[in-house]
Amino acid sequence: MKHVDIAVIGGGPAGLCAAISGASSGAKVLLMDRSEKLGGQLIKQTHMFFGSEKQYASVRGFDIADILLDKLNEYKDNIEIMNNTNVLGLYEDGVITIERNEKYEKIKPKSIVVATGASEKVLAFPNNDLPGIYGAGAVQTLMNVYGVKPGKRVLMVGAGNIGLIVSYQLMQAGVEIAAIIDASPTIGGYLVHASKIRRMGVPILTSHTVKEAIGRDCLESAVIWKLDENWNPIDGTEQEIETDVMCISVGLSPLSELLQQAECKMKYIPELGGQTVLRNENYETSVEGIYVAGDVSGVEEASSAMVEGYLAGLCAAQKIGFKHKNYNELKEDYIKQLESLRSGPIGHHIRSGIEKVMGV
Amino acid sequence: MLIKTGIPTIEDIKSVFPSEDRINKGPVAVIECYQEIPCNPCFTSCNRNAIKDFADINDKPLIEDELCNGCALCISACPGLAIMVVDGSYSENEVLIKIPYEFLPLPKEGDTVKGLNRAGEYITDVKVIKVQNPKSFDKTPIIHIAVDRKFLYDFRNIKVEEV
Repeated sequence: MKHVDIAVIGGGPAGLCAAISGASSGAKVLLMDRSEKLGGQLIKQTHMFFGSEKQYASVRGFDIADILLDKLNEYKDNIEIMNNTNVLGLYEDGVITIERNEKYEKIKPKSIVVATGASEKVLAFPNNDLPGIYGAGAVQTLMNVYGVKPGKRVLMVGAGNIGLIVSYQLMQAGVEIAAIIDASPTIGGYLVHASKIRRMGVPILTSHTVKEAIGRDCLESAVIWKLDENWNPIDGTEQEIETDVMCISVGLSPLSELLQQAECKMKYIPELGGQTVLRNENYETSVEGIYVAGDVSGVEEASSAMVEGYLAGLCAAQKIGFKHKNYNELKEDYIKQLESLRSGPIGHHIRSGIEKVMGV
Repeated sequence: MLIKTGIPTIEDIKSVFPSEDRINKGPVAVIECYQEIPCNPCFTSCNRNAIKDFADINDKPLIEDELCNGCALCISACPGLAIMVVDGSYSENEVLIKIPYEFLPLPKEGDTVKGLNRAGEYITDVKVIKVQNPKSFDKTPIIHIAVDRKFLYDFRNIKVEEV
């Protein structure tokens, strides 16, 4: 059994920041990630981030990953990185089990930050298992991590930020976008993202959904139809769209299985993406010593995931006796940053979701 | 309607454009940020204090046209690519419009390319005057385009044909 002060599960924006924060407080941190390269979803984000300077606004996502890795490196004496590591279990006695190098190991940390992120939701329609139908995240990985064009003509399903951003990046890679459709009557993503792809000539069809996918061995076309104001499809509005790649981008759900296994109290909160863990303002769950940060604590933007990571890492360290010398100032600053990122109309659903997770 | 289609209306567009008098005096930024989102790099990139500090980071940007000299630093800083610079002093019949453009191939100076509106529809042929792509723009090149004056409120993008 390996003993550490803080175990951080997940090396995306939230996990990296939690590790930096814990280590800068003086704790010995073990950072685990299933991938070869740390950074989580940041490494495939080729667009500039929003937010303020504190969350690296205007810097491209993959460059933010490098900035965070450099910061991590400043505390290398306090941080052990285990990449290519699958966390298998999180038990009620606080033991973490992992698989790496085809070996099974056990870890006993004093506190834990779970930053496992989120997974893509699926959409039910006939033939949704045809090859050529992807989650938008998978397409972004293929394209921006591995340099593989997924196909020639894409139908994007979902006009949230991910759908809009991946569409734009597909166009940058020379792939045609047949259309972006969304069942909602309005565009869910930032309108600036919508406008920049619309002015490339891509139609954005709100109040539209997929009726069925068509193809023998792989996707050949898709039939979409219009929805009325009660979200019911309207007969006779079907359009067949020739496409070899359909990207499903209809939202994310927190990847909370480890938290459920550890018996953290959960609640179904649609605003935050589904089954969400309850927590307090320090991002500690109902199980003492288990903290959360990033999308697993409620699906939001990477900017807030980073701030949550810093806050959770700071508090997880303080809990076990490693109080950062600027603990109070830092904590106050992180809380303020989160409040300001969430304070506008766009943050409304996040605020209402967070009201429901607070108080353990 | 912008929130359904991604295309701003002419009223939306005119609400963020400076006066034609100001445009005719020389280059000035036009910020098409119609939605309150948590973002402020336009303010931090502006070194003339033309773009005002945000009381709340979700506020829409506020620009003082008289302080702006159209330097274009904000264009490549804006994560939403929502800013362009217009210069009505360029010539009698044309305005010079500087737009961000993140696609390959980049146009070349002197090229004639297709001018598109905010729906991506062809409106007129336009001339590429300058292509700026220094490292400091971090992969958001700025293209200077001469556009017939009558398309001042229509032009927003270009299409470069692959050779």
